[in-house]
Amino acid sequence: MSTTTTSHEEKTGAGHAIRSFLRGREIPVAGALIALIIVTSIINPRFLSPQSVKDLMLNATIVIILAVGQALVIITRNVDLSIGSILGLVAFGTGTLFNAFPGVPIPLVFVLGMVFGAVLGTINGLLVTSAKVPALVITLGTMYIYRGILSSWAGSKQYFSGDNPPEFGALSVDVFLGIPIITIVAIVVVIAVGFFMHSVRSGRDLYAIGSDPDAARLFGIAVSRRVIAAFLASGALTGLAGVLYTSRYNSVGANTGYGLELDVVAAVVVGGVAIAGGTGTVYGAAIGAILLSTITGALTATRVDKFWQQAIVGVLILSAILVDRIVSIRSAKKLRVSEARDV
Amino acid sequence: MATDTNPATPAGTPKTAGSTGTSALSLTGASKTFGPVVALADGTIDIRPGEIHALVGENGAGKSTLVKILAGLYVPDGGDFKVDGQSVAFKTPADSKAAGISVIYQEPTLFPDLTVAENIFIGRQPTGRGGLINRREMRRQARELFATLGVPIDPDRIAEGLSIADQQIIEIAKAISLDARVLVMDEPTAALSGVEVERLFGVARALREKGAGILFISHRFEEVFALCDRITVMRDGKYISVHTTADVTVPEIVKEMVGRELGALFPKEVAEVGETVLSVSNLNRAGVFSNISFDVKAGEIVALSGLVGAGRTEVARAVFGVDKYDSGTVSMFGKPLKAHSPQAAIAAGIGFVPEDRRKQGLVMELSVAKNATLTLRNTLARFGLISGKRELRAAEDWSKRLQVKTASQDYAVSTMSGGNQQKVVLAKWLATEPKLLIVDEPTRGIDVGTKSEVHRLLSDLAGRGIAIIMISSELPEVLGMADRILVMHEGQISAEIARDDATAELVMNAATAATTTEPIKGAVR
Repeated sequence: MSTTTTSHEEKTGAGHAIRSFLRGREIPVAGALIALIIVTSIINPRFLSPQSVKDLMLNATIVIILAVGQALVIITRNVDLSIGSILGLVAFGTGTLFNAFPGVPIPLVFVLGMVFGAVLGTINGLLVTSAKVPALVITLGTMYIYRGILSSWAGSKQYFSGDNPPEFGALSVDVFLGIPIITIVAIVVVIAVGFFMHSVRSGRDLYAIGSDPDAARLFGIAVSRRVIAAFLASGALTGLAGVLYTSRYNSVGANTGYGLELDVVAAVVVGGVAIAGGTGTVYGAAIGAILLSTITGALTATRVDKFWQQAIVGVLILSAILVDRIVSIRSAKKLRVSEARDV
Repeated sequence: MATDTNPATPAGTPKTAGSTGTSALSLTGASKTFGPVVALADGTIDIRPGEIHALVGENGAGKSTLVKILAGLYVPDGGDFKVDGQSVAFKTPADSKAAGISVIYQEPTLFPDLTVAENIFIGRQPTGRGGLINRREMRRQARELFATLGVPIDPDRIAEGLSIADQQIIEIAKAISLDARVLVMDEPTAALSGVEVERLFGVARALREKGAGILFISHRFEEVFALCDRITVMRDGKYISVHTTADVTVPEIVKEMVGRELGALFPKEVAEVGETVLSVSNLNRAGVFSNISFDVKAGEIVALSGLVGAGRTEVARAVFGVDKYDSGTVSMFGKPLKAHSPQAAIAAGIGFVPEDRRKQGLVMELSVAKNATLTLRNTLARFGLISGKRELRAAEDWSKRLQVKTASQDYAVSTMSGGNQQKVVLAKWLATEPKLLIVDEPTRGIDVGTKSEVHRLLSDLAGRGIAIIMISSELPEVLGMADRILVMHEGQISAEIARDDATAELVMNAATAATTTEPIKGAVR
């Protein structure tokens, strides 16, 4: 390979990077987020005050981590609706742990929380791959089962943030370079998983599976094993989010995390991950999560009725799907053109 | 990992070309059955390194089953399977791939959302430091592969929207990068134009020079004879013969492909032919079929013959109104039929029994009774409600007439055998008392016994004055059942053959257009 060719390769490589960046589905979402922040801060300049920004970051943190895990699952053409219940179980478990063993080391709590979540996620994965029933149905079932277990375990009991060690609660208060510690955790998760999905073979396999499961099987990809791994990872990340939830919020009990799964699926879809699998990135899912949680803050800051918040989320989901359709119609047209050329 | 880092060089170390000592791949006496259906009785093929080997046979001769065994998709029930002289037993496609077998299917199997480069290298992308994917290297290798193949495809574009020809090229690039010792191509030229076919042949010959064994499946004899060193013939799931191409002629091969006794299996009785029921004139649909004109008369069975993909089903679907057509007219009893309206077609008395019973003909989870009377809901309903008792009675009546074997009318259709399912579909349409019945592959996947029952039934219906269009890929069925045969080739009717003139060779030639230069004997067109 001569040097001239190499430099040519590099040039096209760089050009490719820019092109694929601009083509990405994340761009419209990120644009919407920036526009939202600009408009809101014009109406109410206090929206960008340090305290307000910190609150925005804290509010987005939990959903970001959940969205990353959910994106892994959705990319494989599955879905995990039980994450709200898993988060509740782990959060309540965390409270219980601190209550029973006040001196338990905080890193151990994180490890246990993630293992607990991973076990619950693996159960989902095993059921989905062995039963050959859509994940929507399986995880709808485990959602109720996990919630039922939590309800009978917690009863009317609640653990309050005051019961936890102060260093644990401090994770959601202390900042590093102006960023809350738990938000840094979320950022690390996004980058690590995003890198995995982009640059590791098994990460690419997940895209292949979601793009065409039958072709993946023909190609000799271990489809079941990869799908189970995606559910496991989603469960572990939900476990992480559950521990952080306990640090962030005042109380955990039987209803913790109730209904959260739909917010998360909405964030992932808005972030450009196709619900039919195969496309999208965890970065997009994370931006979607930030967008949805920022809307709440923005509407409060501009004194818009809370009612509109949900309607706007709905509009965002529909526009995300619309964008998706337009893209696929365009490529269908391209197909017709290229076939006409062949004739 | 050596092949991972440099998969772009086809066959890194050239194997001794043409060494005839051991076979690259040999399959002997392989069999595969699905319940009562024997898909493959004696699958035998021997591919030497450095040869291009053709596998020919009619539709349903067992070629696809044999390919699926080679690909590791089916585990054979019996037989001997060796790769490079070593016995193998593939359980998954991954096993087959690991043994150096690459299969290019008729329908390319790409991942629509992934880039072209990634489609080639998925699961074995070139990696750099820390096992991370080196995308630049991956693109470079993909570009190099396309340069070898002489096709400029952008490795960065996603596979969705690529033409079939380009998708085929990507499959080939994939096979080359895998450094396959045996490359199986299942009708790779079906969707390619002349230039693309030449390009593909160039690639195949280059691979042969490098010592790979290639199995080439095609219906086009001119291709088989131009490209292949040896030819294996299959018929009825059995190995028939293997020839060196130079020592054999097209008529000899055709004879071996079709040669079999036409027995009492197809009891078509001559029925009185009445008035014209359906008349189709100049039906066109761009890229699918063109200039389709034909009539069907009462009491007549007209077979639409031809190869899979010739456009037979598409014509039938257009006539029935499921699919659109661009121009032309469809008339029933002289009255033009509204285009693209199955409701109008049903109202005019057309019944349509689709090829894929599971997908289009039956609601698998419903009971026999519900399925059989699905098309009758309007006549059975009283005040908008359907009486279960009336439904059951109508279903029982037809099931009895068709001899559907089921313990109870309440059983879900999915529990029944293919033959009985087919009878339920027929019952469903016969209950509407059609004037014209279109049946698409009426006996596919049905055991021999039930087959002749279905044939008896069709013959019986024709005798009652129903006009029948039968689409069939099975030559004996076509020859035995049809009063007239319309042969389709690449979207056009290439021959119309009367029952008395019809021979297997004539139909086969018209279907493959092997003798396009000389007029087809007995052909009206």
